Amino acid sequence: MKLYEYTAANLSKLLRKKEVSSVEVVQSFLDRIELVEPYVKSFITHTPAMALDMASSVDRKRSKGEKLHPLAGVPIAVKDNISTQGLRTTCASRILENYIPPYDATVVKTIKQLGMPLLGKTNMDEFAMGSSTENSAFYPTCNPWNFERVPGGSSGGSAAAVSTGMAPLALGSDTGGSIRQPASHCGLTGLRPTYGRVSRYGLIAFASSLDQIGPLSLTARDSAMLMNVISGYDTLDSTALPEAVPDYTACLEEGVNKLKIGVIKQNVSEGFDPEITAAVMKAVALLKDDGAEVDEVSLPLTDYGLGAYYLIAPSEASSNLGRYDGVRYGFNAGGNNIEAMFSATRGRAFGPEVKRRIMIGTYALSAGYYDAYYLQAMKVRTLIRRDYEKAFKRFDVLVGATTPTPAFKIGEKTDDPLQMYLSDICNITDSLAGVPSLSVPCGINSVGLPMGMQLTAPPFSEGLLLKVAAFLEQKRTYFPLRPRVKLPQGGDF
Amino acid sequence: MKYEVVIGLEIHLELKTRSKLFCGCSTIFGKEPNTNCCPVCLGLPGSLPVFNRRAIELAVTAAVALNSSVQLKSRFDRKNYFYPDLPKAYQVSQYDQPLARGGYLRVELDGSSRNVKLERIHLEEEAGKLVHSGESIMGSDYSLVDYNRAGIPLLEIVTSPDITSGREARVLLEELRSVLLYSGASDCRMEEGSLRCDANISLRPPGSEMLGTKTEVKNMNSFRAVELALNYEAGRQEEILAAGGAIAQETCHWDEEKKETIPLRSKEGSSDYRYFPEPDLLPLVLEEAFIKEISAALPELPAARRERFKKQYNLHSSEAILFTVNRSLGDFFEAAAGKYSDYNNLAKWVQGDLLYYLRESGKTAEEIDPQKIVELLIMLDQGQINRPVAKDLLNEMVLKGTSPQKMVRDKGLERISGDEKLLPIIEKVIDENSDAVENYRQGKDKAIAFLVGRVMALTRGRADPGEVNKMIKEIISRR
Repeated sequence: MKLYEYTAANLSKLLRKKEVSSVEVVQSFLDRIELVEPYVKSFITHTPAMALDMASSVDRKRSKGEKLHPLAGVPIAVKDNISTQGLRTTCASRILENYIPPYDATVVKTIKQLGMPLLGKTNMDEFAMGSSTENSAFYPTCNPWNFERVPGGSSGGSAAAVSTGMAPLALGSDTGGSIRQPASHCGLTGLRPTYGRVSRYGLIAFASSLDQIGPLSLTARDSAMLMNVISGYDTLDSTALPEAVPDYTACLEEGVNKLKIGVIKQNVSEGFDPEITAAVMKAVALLKDDGAEVDEVSLPLTDYGLGAYYLIAPSEASSNLGRYDGVRYGFNAGGNNIEAMFSATRGRAFGPEVKRRIMIGTYALSAGYYDAYYLQAMKVRTLIRRDYEKAFKRFDVLVGATTPTPAFKIGEKTDDPLQMYLSDICNITDSLAGVPSLSVPCGINSVGLPMGMQLTAPPFSEGLLLKVAAFLEQKRTYFPLRPRVKLPQGGDF
Repeated sequence: MKYEVVIGLEIHLELKTRSKLFCGCSTIFGKEPNTNCCPVCLGLPGSLPVFNRRAIELAVTAAVALNSSVQLKSRFDRKNYFYPDLPKAYQVSQYDQPLARGGYLRVELDGSSRNVKLERIHLEEEAGKLVHSGESIMGSDYSLVDYNRAGIPLLEIVTSPDITSGREARVLLEELRSVLLYSGASDCRMEEGSLRCDANISLRPPGSEMLGTKTEVKNMNSFRAVELALNYEAGRQEEILAAGGAIAQETCHWDEEKKETIPLRSKEGSSDYRYFPEPDLLPLVLEEAFIKEISAALPELPAARRERFKKQYNLHSSEAILFTVNRSLGDFFEAAAGKYSDYNNLAKWVQGDLLYYLRESGKTAEEIDPQKIVELLIMLDQGQINRPVAKDLLNEMVLKGTSPQKMVRDKGLERISGDEKLLPIIEKVIDENSDAVENYRQGKDKAIAFLVGRVMALTRGRADPGEVNKMIKEIISRR
């Protein structure tokens, strides 16, 4: 077994036992990147020198007997909307193509401090707006299970990188499904934490009241390890909550006996791909077999979730993206006067989906429309929260499909934004409610594409989600963890 | 004037915090451009705001001092618009849930006083500063922007349309400045832009309840400019109405050179700022105890101080106003009044000679020891020194901090008076100036001044000119 094939937890063990050095680990991933990346296109910026520097620094410390964090020396890939000091952070947009942040996001600071080598910045939909990574201004990323398909989005680069062994762990961001949906399309575990669990400081905002940073990994344990370090209060983020951070790895083995599981009716819907529904129900049966109490639950407001989301998120985005005007940083198109400069800069450097959402949001916030759109959407959001509160009085965990269909073909939905938006239908209400939500693999369909099951729990119950995910992982003998990456010209990795 | 003037003011002032509203950057004025900046106040992608507790304390302080009702829950909103001095393309402000509602300011004008009502008070962030190579942003080859000021906490105070003249607007602003200086919330330095004021003004027939069409007046850079601009604008509107015309709702610019309000070409429709709740901040929730604590810690405010000075020291209204506006002078007066009970005499000296010498020397009353003026006035009252010497001593005291008593002792400045000391000198002068004596006898009054002058010279100014005058006349008449 090559080093790049290991999980983060196992790499951590090997490193701590000094069976391998961090430089060897990093080199293995760099070699893998060299081989696979030209076909998959997971990264926007590669940082091999930075990664090796960090690795050798960790190795030196370890040889001196310094006490190190379990993840010290384990490399990671970071989505390109998370600010990295001195390293360009593009949001996959022309407007930030050459933007180099002068500061590290809080999560980046943390992973640097504990010695995780950064392999690179991963591809995404421009400003995290999209469900396929096709909205990247640079290039789309391929789904490693089938190159003709999308990896999901917007954290598609992070998902594809972990899935192909180009990184053992990755950070993504989830606004309306951007961690969970690509995790399900790539056969990974992806966790969207409770809103306020992880600092957003340095995460380039798409929709501030919805954005959360979270892990993508091969296993629940790997996500738990990463959650242990990125969670917690941050004096730089007023919306980061001071809730204590438990050891997320502590309860992974506990099993699911007596857990009350609610199957969300709307998320195993008749309109969904039957193979996915079947896979979800099979996983539910496994939980039941192990002593979980299962019942069906309806979240009737789910139908309004998509509409509310596509008013709230673009409204916030229209405001958040106003700062890209060419005055201080990023692309500047020039012009004869200030208005011409603003228009040309924004007109030329934003992609079509970003423009669409800015326009929707601007409209929804305009005088005369605010009450009918933004305010109404916020009311729906409150009702959705209550829906969840009610459901969580009866259930510990809610489950359903992560996506209605497996990964779709590249280009299939690019001309139909509504169809694209619908691919996040199962993910959006959790986001609006601010509750933690996780996608765990639940099978491979008849054409070899992974399928995901989404688990949702009350605020700050990430540990519970990871426990259930870990349980399903143990039962997972019926499909492989990773794709065999098949090259277009034949052969595979 | 055939019309009643209705004015409402919108006042912005910088709160006196050491750091900005949402980050730790310094608020010090006059630094190199773009040096007091960080990712937060530059609005760099991914940066987030965090409340400055001190700014909230000072805003609440100001609100309480202005009798405004501080809301236990208020909210911050984004005001969206594009301008190069606005780093995030939105200003974090408060829209429909402001920090405080209502309130009033007590203004004294022409001997009577009344409360001018306030509408609301809210907190927001300052923008950066643009410097154009030409006249304006559209007409310049280039413009430069300095973000040192971006993110400085601003308090916006909106009055009700409750002000009736340019002069009252000015007095209100002076009172507002006093209140904020006393409460410690703001420095109110208009020249540094830490206090700015826009006004809405309209006319209506006397007694009418309806408001007329208003214009907004901007660019008034001093309290005096506010008075002049509003008087001018009221006159301009009156002329239009008197000629049967209608007021156009528009924004006017006060031209300091021409002393005119100049209507700006009005844009079609008003700006839409697309306000919505700022998702990066939690609602501001204040505890009742927090507000009470601030309220209890407030010092005596100007209106109360004026009343007290009038009552306690039996001062004139103008003196009470002076000792309130010039706080250190008033404090000096009070400290001295503790040891000297002729308050009116003390007030006269403090607002007269002392204030004069302070201005001459560029010093403030804080630098002077009140005990020394008490010494001085007692010596004067007891006849130990004369008035001209007292004035010189006061000047010395201001300049060098010298003790008047010690000066009198060291330099022998005691007053020379009475038959024993003064008489021989006067007789000598009369003997030596028989021409002048003769002139006086022939009715030339000026001659007596000459004789007094001689005596004063011989006594090195230590005699009392009045006493000398009286004694000379007596002696001449006896001879």
